[in-house]
Amino acid sequence: MSETHDAAQEVLRLEGLRKSYNIGKPTEVEVLHGLDLRLQRRDFAALVGASGSGKSTLLNVIGLLDRPTAGELYLLGKPTRGMDDAGRTALRGGSIGFVFQFHHLIQAFTALENVLMPLMVATGKPTREQVDRGRALLSEVGLSGLEHRKPDQLSGGQQQRVAVARALVTRPALLLADEPTGNLDSHSAAEVFELFRRFNREFGCGVLLVTHDPRLSAQCDRTISLVDGRIARDEGGVRFGT
Amino acid sequence: MWIEWTIATRFLREGKAQSTLILVGIATGVAVIVFLTALITGLQGNIIERTLGTQAHIRVQPTEETNRILAPADGAVQLVLENKRAQRLRSINNWQQVRDVLDTLPQVTAVSPVISGPAFARRGEALESVALIGIDAPRYQRIIPIQDDVIAGVFRIGAGDTVIGRQLAADLGIRVGDKLRLDGGQGRETVLNVAGIFELGVRELDSRYVYLDMKQAQSLLDLPGAATVIDVTVADIFAAREVSARIARLTGLKSESWMETNAQLMNALRSQSLSTQMISLFVALSVALGIASVLSVSVVQRTREIGILRAMGTTRPQMLRVFLMQGAIFGLAGSLVGGLAGYGLVGAFNTFGPKLFYIPVSPWLLVAAAMVATVTGIVSAAIPARRASGLDPVEAIRHV
Repeated sequence: MSETHDAAQEVLRLEGLRKSYNIGKPTEVEVLHGLDLRLQRRDFAALVGASGSGKSTLLNVIGLLDRPTAGELYLLGKPTRGMDDAGRTALRGGSIGFVFQFHHLIQAFTALENVLMPLMVATGKPTREQVDRGRALLSEVGLSGLEHRKPDQLSGGQQQRVAVARALVTRPALLLADEPTGNLDSHSAAEVFELFRRFNREFGCGVLLVTHDPRLSAQCDRTISLVDGRIARDEGGVRFGT
Repeated sequence: MWIEWTIATRFLREGKAQSTLILVGIATGVAVIVFLTALITGLQGNIIERTLGTQAHIRVQPTEETNRILAPADGAVQLVLENKRAQRLRSINNWQQVRDVLDTLPQVTAVSPVISGPAFARRGEALESVALIGIDAPRYQRIIPIQDDVIAGVFRIGAGDTVIGRQLAADLGIRVGDKLRLDGGQGRETVLNVAGIFELGVRELDSRYVYLDMKQAQSLLDLPGAATVIDVTVADIFAAREVSARIARLTGLKSESWMETNAQLMNALRSQSLSTQMISLFVALSVALGIASVLSVSVVQRTREIGILRAMGTTRPQMLRVFLMQGAIFGLAGSLVGGLAGYGLVGAFNTFGPKLFYIPVSPWLLVAAAMVATVTGIVSAAIPARRASGLDPVEAIRHV
């Protein structure tokens, strides 16, 4: 579905987004204080900030894993706050790819099956064409020949690359990555980062990458700094109309 | 459904030790239930067969004779001390018609008119009291296959032939081909040729029953053309009571089913069934709790994977079905293994057991056990499955 969208099209828009925890209790705390943000398909953005600044919360809300307390989140132009769980799940499965800090593969499935998982939960038994797409993605990330290994038979870097392939198999409009290289050695980290770069360029999939690592954020086109639940700086990314 | 099934079976295969343990547990429970049910069913069938092997399911007899009491005059009060009347041997009125009516009843499988009454059997100086059983041989044999119990000679009655019990033959020193003098009282005597000797295994019957043709019995008992009892068998022995009541209404005769004449036996059978059902219920309950607890643990262990699957677009209903299916698989697989083990136990019991009786094995028991266990598995999985589908994906992914 994502191919139908214009490359310059807006993937994500946040309007006055707020998120609080423990609502109604004495310990109620607001983590995100009214964020406004736009992300384009061509964006390759880093989300940086100290721990406790609300990065992970923001990522979960954007990934439709969590609901905002106030404000609106438009994904591919669709307002999402009023959606029920089924609608959010379908939108998430179809248009968002996740890469977590720890690879988070399902141990009971092979590398190829893990890659195909987002397709399988949406449409059941994968078609010939889908399997081929999965294999192609695995070879893109340099894992051809290892399709039928279980995750525990792969190295950490290889597992993370499987996770990247899995995030991209649905051709998502938006790729969310939470410290994707935090658990990898510098060589594997560079490889994974390079993959993001390539998919951003070739498939036009917006990338939002949470990181602590200033070297990594420096390589991104755009850097969004989150300080205490507010966007403090947003540099280099405004490319409307390009 | 394909993906739910795939995830469910992969999860089960991954947790092999856990799955195997709970499967063994379920199989043991199902084996106990299957074996116990087969054993008790077999035992009861055997008891009923032994009880009913030598008696009819329903006995139709003439109504008892009662005193007719003169109505008191108007305004008078009458106190009566009534002695019950002696019940002389009487024939069933129009028994031929009654027999034909009973033949047409749908549940009835066999109808046999019998004339029975007391007599003496004499040989030389020896005298034994016996019960004359005058029968219509082909009809009677459909109710009690007496020809199968003949241990000497043949089962042949009529034309001066009789068949007597083993004990009576021993008491009178009679062998096949010997003569037997029967005395019906008041000078009615006849001499019959003993054509066969039977052994029913019930001492009372073996020492008293003398089978002869209806006509001979009628003349010995001085009841020409009579039948004192009509024996009836029915297709479903547990429907005997209803059929009996129907016969009573239809004919106005006294009709008693085996369930009434063997009330204590029925009571014992009922209690036995009830205790079996209680044991089965509690075994099933512990199996269900076993499944529920294993799946609950599995949900906790797989919290993070559930979260990832949810992030990949797995819906709540899909997640629910994954765990319900696991429950169903546990139930089905466990019951198949356990059912076969139960059959093995029954086979071992039949082969190496005390051999007091044979336990028949019904394939439907296995089908029923599998179905009940599958449903039990699904029901047991309901709570863990709801937990799994209700997990907050954010929390679940963070779970370590």
